Amino acid sequence: MFDYNFHWRPVMKNLPDLLEAALLTLQVAVLAMILGIVIGLGLALIRLHMRGPLRWLASCWVELARNTPALFQLFFFGFGLGAFGLHLSPYMIVLTGLTFNCAGYLAENFRGGFQAVPDTQLRASRSLGMTAWQAYTRIVIPQVLRIVYHPITNQMVWAVLMSSLGMLVGFRELSGETQFFASRTFRIFEYFAVTAVIYYVIVKIILLGSRLLASRLFRY
Amino acid sequence: MIQIRDLHKYFGTLHVLKGIDLDVDKGEVLSVIGASGSGKSTLLYCINGLEPIQQGSVEVDGTDVHAKGTDINKLRQQLGMVFQQWNSFPHLTALENVALAPKIVKGKSKAEAREIAAQQLKHVGLGEKLDVYPSALSGGQQQRLAIARALAMEPEYMLFDEATSALDPELVGEVLETMRMLAEEGMTMICVTHEMGFARDVSDRVAFFHQGVMEEIGPPAQIFGDAQSEHTRKFLANVR
Amino acid sequence: MEPTISFFSGFTPNDLLFLGEAALRTLWISVLSISIGTVLGVFFGWILFEGKWAAALTVAPVLDIFRSVPLIIQLVLFYNFAPIVGLNLDPFASGVVILTIYTAALVANVARGGIEAVGTPMRRAARSLGMSYWQDLRHVVLPIGGRAVFPAWVGVALGVMKDSALVSVLGYVELLKASQILITRTQEPFLILSIAGAFYFALSYPISRYAASLEKRWAQ
Ligand SMILES: Nc1ncnc2c1ncn2[C@@H]1O[C@H](COP(=O)(O)OP(=O)(O)OP(=O)(O)O)[C@@H](O)[C@H]1O
Ligand SMILES: [Mg+2]
Repeated sequence: MFDYNFHWRPVMKNLPDLLEAALLTLQVAVLAMILGIVIGLGLALIRLHMRGPLRWLASCWVELARNTPALFQLFFFGFGLGAFGLHLSPYMIVLTGLTFNCAGYLAENFRGGFQAVPDTQLRASRSLGMTAWQAYTRIVIPQVLRIVYHPITNQMVWAVLMSSLGMLVGFRELSGETQFFASRTFRIFEYFAVTAVIYYVIVKIILLGSRLLASRLFRY
Repeated sequence: MIQIRDLHKYFGTLHVLKGIDLDVDKGEVLSVIGASGSGKSTLLYCINGLEPIQQGSVEVDGTDVHAKGTDINKLRQQLGMVFQQWNSFPHLTALENVALAPKIVKGKSKAEAREIAAQQLKHVGLGEKLDVYPSALSGGQQQRLAIARALAMEPEYMLFDEATSALDPELVGEVLETMRMLAEEGMTMICVTHEMGFARDVSDRVAFFHQGVMEEIGPPAQIFGDAQSEHTRKFLANVR
Repeated sequence: MEPTISFFSGFTPNDLLFLGEAALRTLWISVLSISIGTVLGVFFGWILFEGKWAAALTVAPVLDIFRSVPLIIQLVLFYNFAPIVGLNLDPFASGVVILTIYTAALVANVARGGIEAVGTPMRRAARSLGMSYWQDLRHVVLPIGGRAVFPAWVGVALGVMKDSALVSVLGYVELLKASQILITRTQEPFLILSIAGAFYFALSYPISRYAASLEKRWAQ
């Protein structure tokens, strides 16, 4: 049926490079998630508790992040900002793009999480003499985190998958590196097949790790 | 002593409390009864500053609750509150539920806070449930947990907002029993309640609220036997 | 002075037409993939629900792969794999195939969730009324389960619409690829990206809002 000879040797020779690039993928995804969680939390709180221009800005962020393609967002940070004389490195393009996207999606998750914690929890905490800050950090946010734990895990997986778009803006994370080697050797299929396996393994490790962590974190 | 003078409370344009004057002495047990929406819960919220007021004053042991300079978080330590909805903190064990506030609000050491918590849980009959999460407790047990949580702050006053009305009938007794025990120990209590038996047997005075006004206040014998106000008589006839 | 000045001719009405055509291609490939993918996905979802362990060992892991490998890698892999097995597919066809399977993999989970949402007691009731298995599916599971997961399906469909931008990696000139081409020529990145982004947004935002409002209404 096919007269194609698979050549896996060059891929295997570059495997260490690919794995190193995979670490870069993980790094940028994790960073984007950390920033995304912090910003997303902020956006959610602004949308829940504030009025005026700040709230409008937060809503714009969330809706743009959720209603345009991630690739569009990368392009925007890539050459859209060039119009203002701002030129980001490929690494920064991917990091800002992913952060923008993750923050938008996580903000909605957080908002749902906050709404799912009854007001009475806050009231009860305040009636015990806790400050608003204590009530939030000790009572409300731990419950919100439990509610959004699963969505955060999913978003982490998305961040890893999305980082592959780095390949289209010249960032040599796992996909970019793969493309680089593939175009030099013309063994496109072999290289990308191995990379697909690496992504799959990364995703499985994240999901497994998340499940293990959950069983330690949430005993109630 | 709690002193309430000419208290007015609005939600937007809705006039919910229309000039309440009320003194509650140390050691007294006051029951507050009245129809739904008459402003009973709101009164309690105004007493411990969970809701701002628009006119009048509330003083607790001489401190104005709603004055600008008042350290409300400190004042609330004097005012334990138990709500209709058992709002135990679901992510903490029974012991942690009770120990948290003494630790972070009063600055007690972890060991000390846990000891206080264990003691209060025993006090309300939950000595066996220290390491259980609220999801594994019945409604009545959760409500007693809420009482223990408030008591752990060593308050001078306890405010109960219909502590039993969200409970299944067979669970009401154990919570009322705990409240009765507190009353006998000399705790000053304001109990918003629909349990007329409790109001009659346990309280020193009963106040009847009607549409934001305190229509009538007096000893249980007077309210239940010889009510002056038409509204009170009608209300009591209906709940019985 | 610069000889290239006439080449960078700025943005012309013709370019708008160019973008419009590309937007239509985005729509076309999305609609095609989403429709076929949804039908397939519902079928897979039914298999997942009914098949139990047999499905768990066969269909489930295969679908899982398509959710655990970046779409862009899937596209490149398939495009380069097709010729190996003697298929000569153009970028459009390759894109449709992968987007369809990708949609099906996502919809399968949604559909299974929908069937599960109906619950055994209700289905027993339906069967006890003398409905056949298929009547039960058609008259009970489809309307009730479909309603329960319709908003989730809208989310998937909009996601695929946005992800269709990735087919550009195969050289298919959809909206984002067209924008990229125009940007290189006109050096108007901000303007052109804004137009492209506005198109996606104008499509995605109202639909997602509508789905959210339906969800709220049906939840009552
Ligand atoms: N946060 C709020 N915003 C607006 N209106 C409120 C708020 N809380 C209470 N109200 C209104 O104030 C009035 C008094 O409410 P309150 O909860 O004090 O009544 P209650 O006597 O405790 O009744 P119940 O027996 O139902 O608990 C009601 O008409 C209620 O609708
Ligand atoms: Mg009330």
